[in-house]
Amino acid sequence: MDMNLTLKIWRQKNASDKGSMVDYKVSDISPDMSFLEMLDVLNEQLINNDEEPVAFDHDCREGICGMCSLYINGEAHGPDRGVTTCQLHMRMFKDGDTITIEPFRATAFPVVKDLIVDRSSFDRIQHAGGFISVNTSGNTIDANATPINKEDADDAFSAATCIGCGACVASCKNSSAMLFVGAKVSQFALLPQGKIEATDRVLNMVKQMDDEGFGNCTNTGACEVECPKGISLENIARMNREYLAASLKG
Amino acid sequence: MSLDSKVPQGPIKDKWTDYKNHIDLVNPANKRNIDVIVVGTGLAGGSAAATLAELGYNVKAFCFQDSPRRAHSIAAQGGINAAKNYQGDGDSTYRLFYDTVKGGDYRSREANVYRLAEVSANIIDQCVAQGVPFAREYGGLLDNRSFGGVLVSRTFYAAGQTGQQLLLGAYSAMNRQIGRGKIKMYNRHEMLDVVKVDGKARGIITRNLITGEVERHSAHAVVLGTGGYGNVFFLSTNAMGSNVTAGWKAHKKGAYFANPCYTQIHPTCIPVSGDHQSKLTLMSESLRNDGRIWVPKHMKDVEAIKSGALKPRELAEDDRDYYLERRYPAFGNLVPRDVASRAAKERCDAGFGVNATGEAVFLDFASAIQRYGKETAHVKGLDENDAALVKKLGQEVIKNKYGNLFQMYEKIVDQDPYNTPMMIYPAVHYTMGGVWVDYNLMTTVPGLYCIGEANFSDHGANRLGASALMQGLADGYFVLPYTIGDYLSHDIRTGPISTDSKEFEEAENDVRKQLEFFVTNKGSHSVDYFHKKLGKIMWNKVGMSRNVKGLTEAIAEIKALREEFWKEVKVPGTNEEYNEELAKAGRVADFLELGELFAKDALNREESCGGHFREDAVELDGEQKGEAKRNDEDFAYVSAWEYKGEPSDAVLHKEELEFKDIELKQRSYK
Repeated sequence: MDMNLTLKIWRQKNASDKGSMVDYKVSDISPDMSFLEMLDVLNEQLINNDEEPVAFDHDCREGICGMCSLYINGEAHGPDRGVTTCQLHMRMFKDGDTITIEPFRATAFPVVKDLIVDRSSFDRIQHAGGFISVNTSGNTIDANATPINKEDADDAFSAATCIGCGACVASCKNSSAMLFVGAKVSQFALLPQGKIEATDRVLNMVKQMDDEGFGNCTNTGACEVECPKGISLENIARMNREYLAASLKG
Repeated sequence: MSLDSKVPQGPIKDKWTDYKNHIDLVNPANKRNIDVIVVGTGLAGGSAAATLAELGYNVKAFCFQDSPRRAHSIAAQGGINAAKNYQGDGDSTYRLFYDTVKGGDYRSREANVYRLAEVSANIIDQCVAQGVPFAREYGGLLDNRSFGGVLVSRTFYAAGQTGQQLLLGAYSAMNRQIGRGKIKMYNRHEMLDVVKVDGKARGIITRNLITGEVERHSAHAVVLGTGGYGNVFFLSTNAMGSNVTAGWKAHKKGAYFANPCYTQIHPTCIPVSGDHQSKLTLMSESLRNDGRIWVPKHMKDVEAIKSGALKPRELAEDDRDYYLERRYPAFGNLVPRDVASRAAKERCDAGFGVNATGEAVFLDFASAIQRYGKETAHVKGLDENDAALVKKLGQEVIKNKYGNLFQMYEKIVDQDPYNTPMMIYPAVHYTMGGVWVDYNLMTTVPGLYCIGEANFSDHGANRLGASALMQGLADGYFVLPYTIGDYLSHDIRTGPISTDSKEFEEAENDVRKQLEFFVTNKGSHSVDYFHKKLGKIMWNKVGMSRNVKGLTEAIAEIKALREEFWKEVKVPGTNEEYNEELAKAGRVADFLELGELFAKDALNREESCGGHFREDAVELDGEQKGEAKRNDEDFAYVSAWEYKGEPSDAVLHKEELEFKDIELKQRSYK
C-alpha cells in the first residue's frame, strides 16, 4: 500500500548557516522504494515547485561505498539493522508516519550543506598510518609464500569490511571514532604483513584521531549496534591492547 | 590521423619484456620536477596515483566523491582473475590470454590482453603484501573460485566484497603517499575539461563541488581513470555519480572514442520493481557456481507462479526448464555473461518471465543446498537422509559463501533466498568500449592517458567475470607507470606548466559558460526527467537486442531529446555552492551526445559480437542455430570515432585487429 508521510528535515544553506528543521509532505510512496528513492521523489517535487532540493550524500546505492549517511528518527542509517540508508526500504515505515532526518552530528564532521557532512577527518586518520609500507612494484614474495591461519584471515577480513560511513561516530554520545580506527588497526594487526609497523601505526592513528576532535570510548556499545556492517567491538579491545603494548615499547 | 596501436614487434610472449628493456627512463631527480594529474581514484586511478607518486612524480589526484575510497570499484563483488595456477588445474598465462580473447569474442587487441594475463599473477602478490585479506583455505593458502566462460578456477576473492578489499588496498597505498606529500588529493572535485597546450594534454579544469569554484590545474601529463558510461541507460549497476564526462571531454578535445556500442548487460541483477527505481543491484556472477537458472516449462505454471497460486519450490523438476543447461551443456550455468543475458531475454520475450512485469527468471540454490548438506553430513558422520538436517547444513555452507549477497537480496526484495529461488534479470553493468588508447595506454591526444574501464582496450566485445578488477590494477600498478615514463622522459627540461595561458583561459571560460547557462535557463523539466527518457530509448532500442529500424529511430529520438534538453532543462540554485542538480546537468548533457554515437556505432557494426547483438546477424541453421553470428571478414576492427561537432558527423577510423597467436573461431559454449 502506498504511503503518505511527513518529513522533518534539517536544512542548512552552508557551513556557516545556522540551520533549522523544515517540514515536508510526500505522498504515494511505495513500500518497495529505498529511503533515498523516497528523497528523490521529494526533490523532484521541490524542483518542480521552484524550491531548492535537499542535499544528501549518496553514490553506489548498494550499501558498500559508505557515502550515504543520515540520522533517521534518532538512529544512524535508520531503524533497520545491518543496512546503510540506501538499503533501508520504505516498508520499514507506515502510512501517516512522521520521519525526522538529520545529518550525522559530530565536532569532527562539520555540516557542509543540509544533510551532507565533511568526513575528511577519517581520511586524515588513514593518512597517518592506515597502510603497510610496501612499494607497488609487484616485486614482492609469492602470495602463497606466507600461509595465514584461516581464522585470522577471516577476522582481518571482517574488520576490513568497514565502509567508513561514520555511523559509529554519529551514534556515540562522545562522538568517538574508536570502532572505525579499531577496525583498521585490527585488520593489519591480525596479519603477519601488518605486524612490522604495528607500533607506529597504532600510535600515529590514535594521535590523529584525538587531534581531529573525536571523543573517548566509554564502552556503551552503541556504535556496534548501529554499524551497518556489523563491525565488532572486539576491534576496539584489540586496538586498546595494541596501543598499550606500543606505548610500553615507545 | 591514422591509428597506430604502437604494438611492439616480436613474439607475443616477449613483447612486454622487450618493451620495458628499451624504453626511456626518467631519473629520480628529474621525476621530482614532473607533475602528473590522475582523474578518478578507483582501482585504475588509485593504483596509478599511488605508484606514480612512489616513483617520485608529483601527483595531483581528483575524485568527485568525498573520499577516494568511495569510487565505484568498491562495489565489485565476485573476484579477480590471475593466472597463478595454484589449483594445478591447467591454468597458465596463455590460457588466461586465450580465455579473455575468446570471451571478448575476438574483438580485443591481442598484445594488450597478453600483457594483462602476464602481469595478473603479480597483482595477487602485490595485494597480499598490502594486507588485502583474500579468502583462504584451512591450510592457510589462498582459495579460488570459478567464473563464467572458463574451465579453470583462477578467481581470487574476499567473500562478496573483493572490489572493496582491493580498492581499500589501493586507497591505503595512496594514503601512504598522501601522508608523504607526494599525492595532493582533491576530493569533491569534478573534472570538466582537458586543456591542451601545443597539441599536448597539459592540464584540466575542475569544479569544486562544495564551493562551486572553477579551478585550473596543470601537469606534464593527464591520466583518466574515470570508469564506464553504463549510466547512459539511467538504470544500471553503476553508482549514481558514475559518468562519461571526463572521457567525453577528452573525446571533444581530440581523443577518439572506441566501440561505444560494446556494453555488458549482466545476467544476474535484481529485477526492476517500479518507476521510482534509481539504480539496479547486481547479484555476483559467483552465484552461478552454485545457483541453477530456470523458468517453468509450461505457460500454465508461469501463470500460477505469477498469481501466487503456485510456489516456485513446489513445481516438479520435470516441469522446469533449466534453459542454460539445456542449450549449453558444456558450460551450463557458467556460460559468459552476454550468452546468459540473451538466453534470459529469449525466455522472457517468449512469455516465461516469472514476476509481475514478466522480466525475471529464477536463480535457485536448492540443489546446491542439498549437495553441500549431504556432503557436510557425510563428513561429520551425521544422517544423510535427514532432510531437515541436510537442508540446515547446506544453508550454512551457502551462507558462508554468499551471506552478504543473500542479505542484500532479502533487504531489497523482502524474500528469503534460502527458501525460495532468487528472481533475477539482466541489467547494464560494464562498458567494454571507451576512449581509444594505444599499447602505451595513451589516447590520440599526446600526454593524455586512459586506464581501466574508461579505455576500450582489453575486453573486446564482452568482458569475462573477475577481469575488470584485474585490468584496473594491471593498468595502474604495472603498465602505465612504465609507459608514461617513456613519454615523460622528453619533458625533463620543460619546467612547470603555467596555468596563465590562453589555452587554460579559453577552457575555463567554456566551462563557466556552460555552468552559467544551466543555472539561468529556468526550463520546465528536471535533469532526471531527461536522463530517464534517454535511458528508456537506450534500453528499448540500443539494449540487449538491436536492429536497423530501432537504431535509426534511437538516433533521431536522442537528437531530439538533446535539443529539448538544451531548451527546457531546469537547474535550481547557483554556481557558487554545493549544487548536485548542476553537476548532474553537465553529466547528462554528455550522455545525450554519447548515447547518439553509441547507437550510430551499433548501427555501423552489422554483425553480432559479444555484448552487441544484431537481430539481422544470427546463425540460421546447424548446431549454432539462433546464436550470434560474427563477421570477421568485414568487422574484425576497432571502431574509433573522431569528434567533429554533432555525433552524427563523427568520423570512423578503423584499427584492424590482427590475430597471430589465436585462431579466429566461432565462440561455442555448447
